[in-house]
Amino acid sequence: MSSKVERIILAGFGGQGVLFLGKVIAETGMHAGKNVSWIPSYGPEMRGGTANCSVILSENEIASPMVTVPDTVIAMNRPSVTKFNQKIKAGGMLMYNSSLIERQEFRDDIRLVEIPANEIAEELGNPKVANLVMAGAYSKFSKLITFDDLVACLPGLVKGAKKEMLDINLAAFKKGFDYVEEKKYMFGRYVYSVFKGI
Amino acid sequence: MAKVLMKGNEAIGEAAVLAGCRYYFGYPITPQSELPAYLAKRLPEVDGVFVQAESEVAAINMVYGSGSAGARVMTSSSSPGISLKQEGISYIAGAEVPCLIVNVMRGGPGLGNIAPAQSDYWQSTRGGGHGDYRTIVLAPNSVQEMADMTITGFDLSDRFRNPVLLLSDGVLGQMMEPVNLPEPHDYNINSKKWALGYRGSDKNERNLCSSIFLDNDELEEHNWHLYQKYQVITDLFSKGEYKDFAVEEHLCDDAEIILVGYGIISRILKTVVEKCRKRGIKAGLVRPKVLWPFPTAVFERLAKTASQFLVVEMSCGQMVEDVKLSVDGKKPVFFFGRTGGTVPSDFEILNEVDKLVRPD
Repeated sequence: MSSKVERIILAGFGGQGVLFLGKVIAETGMHAGKNVSWIPSYGPEMRGGTANCSVILSENEIASPMVTVPDTVIAMNRPSVTKFNQKIKAGGMLMYNSSLIERQEFRDDIRLVEIPANEIAEELGNPKVANLVMAGAYSKFSKLITFDDLVACLPGLVKGAKKEMLDINLAAFKKGFDYVEEKKYMFGRYVYSVFKGI
Repeated sequence: MAKVLMKGNEAIGEAAVLAGCRYYFGYPITPQSELPAYLAKRLPEVDGVFVQAESEVAAINMVYGSGSAGARVMTSSSSPGISLKQEGISYIAGAEVPCLIVNVMRGGPGLGNIAPAQSDYWQSTRGGGHGDYRTIVLAPNSVQEMADMTITGFDLSDRFRNPVLLLSDGVLGQMMEPVNLPEPHDYNINSKKWALGYRGSDKNERNLCSSIFLDNDELEEHNWHLYQKYQVITDLFSKGEYKDFAVEEHLCDDAEIILVGYGIISRILKTVVEKCRKRGIKAGLVRPKVLWPFPTAVFERLAKTASQFLVVEMSCGQMVEDVKLSVDGKKPVFFFGRTGGTVPSDFEILNEVDKLVRPD
């Protein structure tokens, strides 16, 4: 992952909040003083269909906002892995929701990060915040946004929300971040080596 | 003012409000529906009027009415809806009523699909409806420019009493980027002496806005008057005060191959130019920001220094004709396009450049 620019594709079922997750990351990037862009896939889509968006965070001006070769794919469901797995840049990262995506043989030239986002969200008492668990986890890897940036940005993103909702969102960020820290994904290809043993 | 992360469609809506526009008439269609949705909420907050009309035809005629009365007024749609509006746009151009029309282009012809496209270039730059007329066509390539050009569009339309078309596409309408919103303008509805709503010192004086001239001589005189106005506009954009506004050049001075594209394509071409330069290919970019009047002079000049041109569009080749007219046969002009809603990737464009630069 280049330190100057991060190109991310975020994908999942409609209703899993991937467009909002992209917005959270983009908005956080903007408040952290970076150049950002966010493009949704839009189509004649419906609840339960697939949705995805492309986000770029960059220290420099963003020329093309289109993401053809992502540095990172954040996949919330299985079809998203199938669709985007091959597009990830060599040396890039696939961060996936292991609550809905089983372990399998992935590519061996990318970093794999499994986050049981639905389980974590359910532990927190609201399955809808699975997307924000991913945001917290992503901030651990990003060189352009930090966990603190994410936290600072939240009140502006959920305007008018009740305090309980704000708290659970913050907790989701924290859980995602901590999960990555505990698993020490930062060092080497931990998950992949586990897979090799399956 | 702090930057705001906004969709292109919403940025147009907010910029219109800041420009003093208080009247919007439209009909929903993907991929521009966020714009009427935004204004439906926003205009009542500033004592404005939002009407979801019964059809696109009705909406453009409401624009005709409000514009004639002197108001800053706009409508928006996407390709099939803009086709429906053409009759009204022709009347508005004939009656010289200022207004802003936004087209967030999608795939055609017919109902086509709802994905981004650039296949309305001819319709936009050749009038679109019947009769000898022109609309000023602005082509933003970022969410910031969606906002800025909305304001410029209102100013230009008032100055020249001519409809201005903001030509965008599904990507620009849907994408979010940070925007610096401009300062609000005060707009006085009683500032246009020709408008129906104008109240001058003579209380008995009444104005008329019409596009009907039944007498041959009168209509001919009117058409030459319009023609002269279009000449004045063309001069201002080609060598006058809007010269720098009309076109953006990037690394053209020593370029052997000039890539040409507008709107979202110009952003992708900028990436392609950077990649070409890293590979030692001297590529440059010309991006028309105004599509009518077309920035012909830039191409006349670069035809002397560059060896070839590659025009890239999300169509089967429309703007390429204007580039060919401007280059006037002095250098070869090639075309690459994707259509049907596919946005070409930088890789496939780079591949085309390679074929032209290293033909073996």
